[in-house]
Amino acid sequence: MADLELHSFTVNFGPQHPAAHGVLRLVLEMEGEVVERADPHIGLLHRGTEKLIEYRPYLQNIPYFDRLDYCSMLCQEHSYVLAVEKLLGVEVPLRAQYIRVLFDEITRILNHLLNITTMALDIGAMTPLLWMFEEREKLMGFYEQVSGARMHANYYRFGGVNRDLPAGMEDRIRAWMAQFEPKLDDVDRLLTENRIFKQRTVDIGVVSAENAIALGFSGPMLRASGVAWDLRKAQPYEVYDRLDFDVPIGKHGDCWDRYLVRLAEIRESLKIMRQCLDQMPPGPVRTGDKKVTPPPRAEMKRSMEALIHHFKLYTEGVHVPAGEVYAATENPKGEFGVYLVSDGTNKPYKCKIRSPGYVHLQALEEMSRGHTLADVPAIIGSIDIVFGEIDR
Amino acid sequence: MAEVLYVAQTVVIVLLIVVPLLLGVAYLTYAERKVIGAMQLRQGPMTVGPWGLLQPLADGLKLFLKETVVPSGANRGIFILAPMVTFILALIGWAVIPFGDGLVLADINVGVLYLFAISSLGVYGIIMAGWASNSRYAFLGALRSSAQMVSYEISIGLIIISVLLTAGSLNLSAIVRAQEGLWFVIPHFPMFMLFLASMLAETNRHPFDLPEDEASLVTGYNVEYSSMAFALFFLGEYANMILMAAICSILFLGGWLAPFGFVPFTWIPGPIWFILKICAVLFIFIWARATLPRYRYDQLMRLGWKVFLPLSLLWVVVTSGVLVAFDLLPR
Repeated sequence: MADLELHSFTVNFGPQHPAAHGVLRLVLEMEGEVVERADPHIGLLHRGTEKLIEYRPYLQNIPYFDRLDYCSMLCQEHSYVLAVEKLLGVEVPLRAQYIRVLFDEITRILNHLLNITTMALDIGAMTPLLWMFEEREKLMGFYEQVSGARMHANYYRFGGVNRDLPAGMEDRIRAWMAQFEPKLDDVDRLLTENRIFKQRTVDIGVVSAENAIALGFSGPMLRASGVAWDLRKAQPYEVYDRLDFDVPIGKHGDCWDRYLVRLAEIRESLKIMRQCLDQMPPGPVRTGDKKVTPPPRAEMKRSMEALIHHFKLYTEGVHVPAGEVYAATENPKGEFGVYLVSDGTNKPYKCKIRSPGYVHLQALEEMSRGHTLADVPAIIGSIDIVFGEIDR
Repeated sequence: MAEVLYVAQTVVIVLLIVVPLLLGVAYLTYAERKVIGAMQLRQGPMTVGPWGLLQPLADGLKLFLKETVVPSGANRGIFILAPMVTFILALIGWAVIPFGDGLVLADINVGVLYLFAISSLGVYGIIMAGWASNSRYAFLGALRSSAQMVSYEISIGLIIISVLLTAGSLNLSAIVRAQEGLWFVIPHFPMFMLFLASMLAETNRHPFDLPEDEASLVTGYNVEYSSMAFALFFLGEYANMILMAAICSILFLGGWLAPFGFVPFTWIPGPIWFILKICAVLFIFIWARATLPRYRYDQLMRLGWKVFLPLSLLWVVVTSGVLVAFDLLPR
């Protein structure tokens, strides 16, 4: 019994772990049930998106953005499209702006529903997941109606969106919202004031406002810590400055606050969607700039110029003036930014993606230290990570 | 000759208890999936047989035909012994359960103590499984489970003492007979609620299913088990649920007694009432699983030791005080 060496208990949490939300490999050093060190290992889903983007014409890169964070597809397209539009200097028609905002908010609801319910599932409440996935299916139906794809929509275009909303879409969205709100209230009643749920989330994974800023948080993670920072308000893009909505913030920055902020954001999104549907003017949905938007087919039969534009766009794609630009949108998970360097050709010279999940994951160590193993899934759930965007 | 007859008779009675019990376990899994399905706006199993009624048999057959994998690092003997222990302990508790007046395999005077001993032994199956698997998840799961079962057994014990004081017997049939006229759920209502919660904890069910915490421990102590060994754990767990539901209906809901002692109710035979009561309690098990999130380990221990234990202790004092003060002690 002379030299007994004491080792802390090491648990390999993931990558094949039901609560790891994808391919997170987390090496936990534990003292009994208490986590002493949490070391996230990333890179298992690395696909080299940023490099691939350098080899594709601008238009062909949009689908990559759907596939980064596969829970908030159109919001990511939005960042990229905004960045390219800034370089091109094209104007987006008002109707297209409203459509984009409408679908950004649909995406936000899609993402938050997934996050809230999977977090509840990690804590042990499985019913909200099944209730809300039905609603997600209906929302993905809206994706399908405008783009033909249920998840990876590839719907936004430089200077607008691919095509107008199909007839009757507004009514269908309104009808969906009317039946969705009572169901959201059901989830609210089942979870929010549930004592077990509160015991599992209140004061778990606390991040103070200063820490949240120092760690580079954004989105609901930052707002749950009490910092009212929302890109939709702080640097409004599209028509957000014409819309009336609130930015919900938390007080303590614990898992419960993050849950509450997301729940409140769903309600705000519904408010925004309703305003979009009310205010949306008729009109074109893509810019008239023929260097960006292909001409209508009928015009090509008559106009030589239209034929040339068509040929150039479909052989070379859009030529983007040289320069560099950073565009960010308020994604469901936080600030999703795209930094583009253009050398004047039809392909980006460099594309750097700022993904919120990557930044949030680095705080996992700080958030879970001193908590028990059972809290780690709750914390991971409240961070809302998706490995598609972290590993890119 | 008489001995042979006695043995043959006992074997038949045992089979009469065990076979319906195992069928009950199979259809409890079906009921669970159907009830939770209804609560979650879906259908549950619908494919195998009409309304999916043959699903439990298909599941059982599948598990039976799978290969039993013993991990290379595992302690072979204990690894295989553990599920057997769990399963057997879940079955032998039924020996003292009275299904009707006189319908009991062993009408012993210490029925409650016997049940208590059996359920305490249940922890061995789990801790043996966790230890022998030689896996960290399984080990943590087993540790949690044993701590949890030990803690909640104490409060269950105190709850039962209140009932015993009122009934004046350790014999389960006598406890049921003492409830003629007034089921113990009415005078002991707070204890009934505590018993329901402790029962969930004792059987490791939601919201206390920490040993099987899917999110953090990947089903816990039985993570390394496959095939029939896993099926035995599964059967044991569900048989334990039914056993606890039976104990609950005996202690608080009047066992085989009809809810009212007059005509349409007394027409229905006692065992049917007993089964109906068991089903009602089992519904609570399933309902809790669909509704509640899961406690954390330390919260669960705090609840057991700091809330349930003092409350049940207090109730023992109150019960005995009332019984003595008003001279209501059973003779």
